[in-house]
Amino acid sequence: MASVPFYAQLINLFAAILLLLSFAMLAQRRVLSLIDLFAMQGLTLAVSTAVVAYGTGQAHLYWSAGLTLALKVGLLPWLLYRLIRKLDVRWEFEGLINIPTTMLIGIVLVVFAFNLALPISQLASTVTRSTLGIAMACVMLSFLMMITRRKAIPQVIGFLSMENGLFFAATSATYGMPMVVELGIALDILVAMLILGVFFFQIREQFDSLDLKNLEQLKENEE
Amino acid sequence: MTLTGLFSQLLQLAIALLLAPLLVGWVNQCRAWLSNRSAPSLFLPYRTIRKLFMKDAVVAATASPIFRLAPYIVFGAMCCAAAIVPSLATDLPFARAADAIALVGLFALARVFIALAAMDIGTAFGSLGARREMFVGFLAEPALLMVLFTASLISGSTSLPTIVDTFAHRELAIYPSLAFAGVAFTMVSLAENARIPIDNPATHLELTMIHEAMILEYSARHLALIEWAAALKLFNYSCIGLALFFPFGIAQGGDWVAILGAAPALVAKLAFGGFLLALIETMTAKLRIFRAPEFLGTAFLLAVLGMLVNLLLGS
Repeated sequence: MASVPFYAQLINLFAAILLLLSFAMLAQRRVLSLIDLFAMQGLTLAVSTAVVAYGTGQAHLYWSAGLTLALKVGLLPWLLYRLIRKLDVRWEFEGLINIPTTMLIGIVLVVFAFNLALPISQLASTVTRSTLGIAMACVMLSFLMMITRRKAIPQVIGFLSMENGLFFAATSATYGMPMVVELGIALDILVAMLILGVFFFQIREQFDSLDLKNLEQLKENEE
Repeated sequence: MTLTGLFSQLLQLAIALLLAPLLVGWVNQCRAWLSNRSAPSLFLPYRTIRKLFMKDAVVAATASPIFRLAPYIVFGAMCCAAAIVPSLATDLPFARAADAIALVGLFALARVFIALAAMDIGTAFGSLGARREMFVGFLAEPALLMVLFTASLISGSTSLPTIVDTFAHRELAIYPSLAFAGVAFTMVSLAENARIPIDNPATHLELTMIHEAMILEYSARHLALIEWAAALKLFNYSCIGLALFFPFGIAQGGDWVAILGAAPALVAKLAFGGFLLALIETMTAKLRIFRAPEFLGTAFLLAVLGMLVNLLLGS
């Protein structure tokens, strides 16, 4: 342990918290708590990016940490809250698979991601390379969340949290992407969120519910 | 075997036997304070045990020898466990006989016998309690093993004194895996000690009780031994938790002064732990029995995550 500097230990800790939050989101039944968890994930991500920036002296990472903070802790959760208030959807929802089974599948995914990341992280030369496995696990857990949830809003939160995982992967493997790319992705996410918000209203207008099962039928009169 | 080793071993066993009812009394007192009731005496568990020992035992006509034998086996298993878990000193001659996995086995032995005794009489409550106890037990045991494995991976040994020695001597470093394991261990010990999210130790309501349902048929000295064993179990779990996650202040090596100095530290840590337990119990509501798999599944998940994170991060 002595060879690892203190800030790297801090990053490991934040990586573990990120993984824990991903699992918490997977297990969460209520939409509002899901948004809170998403905001907490964004906060953890921002702080860990700032720690990486401090530890390695990469000034541009401060910018991406600030961007993450503003976008994922402030703006996106606020937008989601507003959407939920307008759509008036505060129900508890059940996934396609029950929660304990989802958790077990999640563990299998984590093992898979860790194995997958091992050879890659040996190639990387950054201090934070060992957290790459956790980042990939977060991406896969968000995937799982999108697959197992039936309603539209949890799926969108899954999509957003997948972007969190990708961002963390970029930070841990290469100390972050170039600023232009990061700005582009941030804008993408924002626009996607706005468009999806419009979609929600359209879906509800058509089917009187946000259950995406309704979208699986191709013809209108097919029962 | 050195003389100090023997001394610390005997002292630790004696302290465990004496302090265990006090810990239960302390937790009950904290619970009463937190819920704005006037608290029972701190020494009430001692008085209960003494009163029970002085009574004549009544045993059902249909009881087999297992029913009479079970309290002694349960109490014996808990005493063995108390001798293995390093609470005062790490220089324990007896601890070489069994490692962390055998410790889980000891707890399982006690559980099996108390469940057998509960079913032995043939009352409805007994078998109901026994079934629920085994149900909770089979979910909690793997999680407990995983927690102990995480600690073993870090220290490179399954022997509890070695684990504690490693943890007490390490440099100050952040172990994310130990944080996971700590939360998982807390959840498991709540379930194993019949505490509130899973079972309510204060209730005799037939629909919800687990531990109390199993010991309904016992009286006098048998009941006293079982109550004492339950207190010892709580004490043992607290000591395992303290040894794994807060090993500071424990005596290492055969120094008489250090061993005597470790006792106040242990009492202080236990008092704080007992208060935390009462706080958790006051703030949570009891879960439905069918929610127990979710609760313990989360504990298992956290323990496995701790182990995986430990393997990945190497910390």
